Amino acid sequence: MTNKNTPDDKNKRDFLQVSTYALGAVGAASFVWPLINQMNPAADTLALASTEVDLEQLEEGQAITVTWRGKPVFIRHRTKEEIASAKDQLLDGLRDPQTDDERVKNEKYIVLVGVCTHLGCVPLGQKSGDVKGEYGGWFCPCHGSHYDHSGRIRKGPAPTNLEIPQYSFLSDTLIKIG
Amino acid sequence: MSKPKFKNPVVNWIDYRLPIFTFMNHELNEYPTPKNLNYFWNFGSLAGITLVIMIVTGIVLSMNYTAHIDYAFDSVERIMRDVNHGWLLRYIHMNGASFFFIVVYIHIFRGLYYGSYKAPREILWILGVLILLLMMATAFMGYVLPWGQMSFWGATVITNLFSAIPLVGESIVTWLWGGFSVDNPTLNRFFSLHFVLPFVIVGVVILHLVALHRFGSNNPIGIDVKGKQDTIPFHPYYTIKDLFGLSVFATVFAAAVFFFPNFMGHPDNYIPANPMVTPAHIVPEWYFLPFYAILRAIPDKLGGVLFMFGAIMVLFVLPWLDKSSVRSSQFRPLYKLFFWFLVIDCIALGYLGAMPAEGIYVVLSRLATAYYFFHFLIILPLLPKIESTRPLPVSISTPIITTSSNASTVMAMREKK
Amino acid sequence: MRFSKLVLYFLILFNFFLSKLALSAGKAIEYPDKNWSFSSIFGTFDKASAQRGFQVYKEVCAGCHGMRLISYRNLAALGYNQDELKAIASQFEITDGPNDDGEFFTRPGRTSDKFASPYPNKKAAIAANGGAYPPDLSLIIKARPNGANYLHALLSGYVEPPKNMKVPEGMYYNKFYSGNLIAMPQPLYEDGVEYLDGTKASPDQMAIDVTTFLAWASEPELEERKQLGITVILFLIVFSILSYFSMRQIWAPIKNKN
Repeated sequence: MTNKNTPDDKNKRDFLQVSTYALGAVGAASFVWPLINQMNPAADTLALASTEVDLEQLEEGQAITVTWRGKPVFIRHRTKEEIASAKDQLLDGLRDPQTDDERVKNEKYIVLVGVCTHLGCVPLGQKSGDVKGEYGGWFCPCHGSHYDHSGRIRKGPAPTNLEIPQYSFLSDTLIKIG
Repeated sequence: MSKPKFKNPVVNWIDYRLPIFTFMNHELNEYPTPKNLNYFWNFGSLAGITLVIMIVTGIVLSMNYTAHIDYAFDSVERIMRDVNHGWLLRYIHMNGASFFFIVVYIHIFRGLYYGSYKAPREILWILGVLILLLMMATAFMGYVLPWGQMSFWGATVITNLFSAIPLVGESIVTWLWGGFSVDNPTLNRFFSLHFVLPFVIVGVVILHLVALHRFGSNNPIGIDVKGKQDTIPFHPYYTIKDLFGLSVFATVFAAAVFFFPNFMGHPDNYIPANPMVTPAHIVPEWYFLPFYAILRAIPDKLGGVLFMFGAIMVLFVLPWLDKSSVRSSQFRPLYKLFFWFLVIDCIALGYLGAMPAEGIYVVLSRLATAYYFFHFLIILPLLPKIESTRPLPVSISTPIITTSSNASTVMAMREKK
Repeated sequence: MRFSKLVLYFLILFNFFLSKLALSAGKAIEYPDKNWSFSSIFGTFDKASAQRGFQVYKEVCAGCHGMRLISYRNLAALGYNQDELKAIASQFEITDGPNDDGEFFTRPGRTSDKFASPYPNKKAAIAANGGAYPPDLSLIIKARPNGANYLHALLSGYVEPPKNMKVPEGMYYNKFYSGNLIAMPQPLYEDGVEYLDGTKASPDQMAIDVTTFLAWASEPELEERKQLGITVILFLIVFSILSYFSMRQIWAPIKNKN
């Protein structure tokens, strides 16, 4: 058998060879990054991140669903009663305590990402005939999460309130999401 | 090497049940390799690494590519412009094809020079030629995917080669296309095959390695290993040498990818495919040029196709055409001369393949084609009868012992002459 | 051995150059070399020139030539800020839809939109231009051999035709166009645009600027690519040196035995 032991001078060997292999590992790792990063959202996907919605036609008590980043966004023109019920709710006993004021920019309109915070289904409650759940807001049929008029989780497995997207009012009835 | 083979008990536990570590230790670590291999023996491992780079970048590109005639071109441009690091991955893949062929061609000519195809390595060689064929098919179909003008017209011209087959030619071409011209069905099946063929190549590469490890590497002197004094373990000697070779190769590759990414490409492929307009100069990628020259050299459609494929087929039977018992050209003065003639002939064919098929170029193409086949079919079988080979050394170790210090064996051989 | 190795490498390289020469051999026309800032190894785009070039494209070329692969947001690379981009995008009418009534409508452009196309489709473009399709300019520099010099030469190549040459109606004489007859009328005239930055708009200046802009559009990754390239190559050179000496060290006992 050939002698496969490398030189006796171990320190010298260690320094040179260890740094070679270390540098090789760094090189291989940096080559992996582009392979992973290409799966992140591309520049054109990121650029489509905002949508404008005109609410002029949206009557009290009606709701519309718009698409933003491939997800449904719920916009509801709330009635006086709905606003009152959302505002009067005490924070005690809420799973994810938030006042209604924290969740709206204009109390007439509630804007929500229409994705249940449990496992990503789209809750019911946008159409007039829909089941709206025990709290009158939205109801997720997948695993039975109930949301109130402010989109807060009240009952069921979802851990947090329905998400509020980033949005702003460009005028009284024109909003920009994203 | 008594009972516990490995220091790590977990490794031992697994190895007892699945001897994968024994296998790796045997084939990649202890594997006895001739001690006198020169840098030309780096190109085998380089080819393997390039294949891996191509597969990895190809898989991530396919995540962003759309195989449809209306979207293919734009999806590639989206990769270039919008996908994170997309331009890098695409340029690596695009230039990687060229570098893969550079490496493999050098690997093949090394085999020719040192007689690596001779007994008992005939099957090793045949598997290698098979890999070359598969590479060509894969590269051709990959070039179609961006759906530029060269993609489209390359696909049209190459698939039309099959129409030269008597009787069934037309039906075969229609079958290849899935229609009556190169169109969406063609693009889809080419994408599918371009994705799957590299894995077939991996399979054949594994067989290539199994065949290689049966008798071990050939070496610059071309004589068999006589004993343990002629070999060294693969690791660390050839692993570090391959790593050094890889780092030099990667530097050149990176220079192309980052600074001359389109040097080996064709501008027309940045024009979206147009089935109504053929570009003025249709040229295949450089690695097909010698074969393209042979195709055009023959004034008959079927004949051209047969000779083109014949140029590769002749490599399959090479081990039986060259009957000389001496492997390395170092001991075959005449063969060495003809080897270089063949190299020049292949380069000439490459040059002629890029030239327009007119005037003097046609004549030269015919001469070069004739010489190519003359080399394999006439010179090689005749050579052993007239050539007086130089005396072979007793063993690999012998010439090394007689030379001074650290000059490489091959250098030493040259100097002694 | 070393020698024949060198010969082999040389021949392979030589083969490349020959085949590249062969590719360009068909074109006998030589274009003046303008030494573009972006064509050298470390070169970058001249942003001011590219901005002016965008103005030329917008005011002169965009009437016939689309750039369907470029979005307004991409112009950020030329040094425009978000507000400027929004202003630029909103100058253009973009067809969108269908809306909730199932109809297509036009609206002002957003930065995420691709450049507005001068024609609804390719057939319309051909019909409007007497049978000649004005090519999309997104990739034009990459899609022509020696693209930047070619385009600059073409834009400056409108001269009087030779006396014995008949120029058919709807065609124009250009000394740098293959065949010399081009369907595009001379696009650039003295002060054809009024540059926002006050640069004198001579035809040559405009040709240089629009070429710079289109070169950027063809290869928007160029600067990032070269920058990353320098890092990668320096890294690989260091790695090559280290692995070479590691190899020498590991091989020393084998070599010394001889």
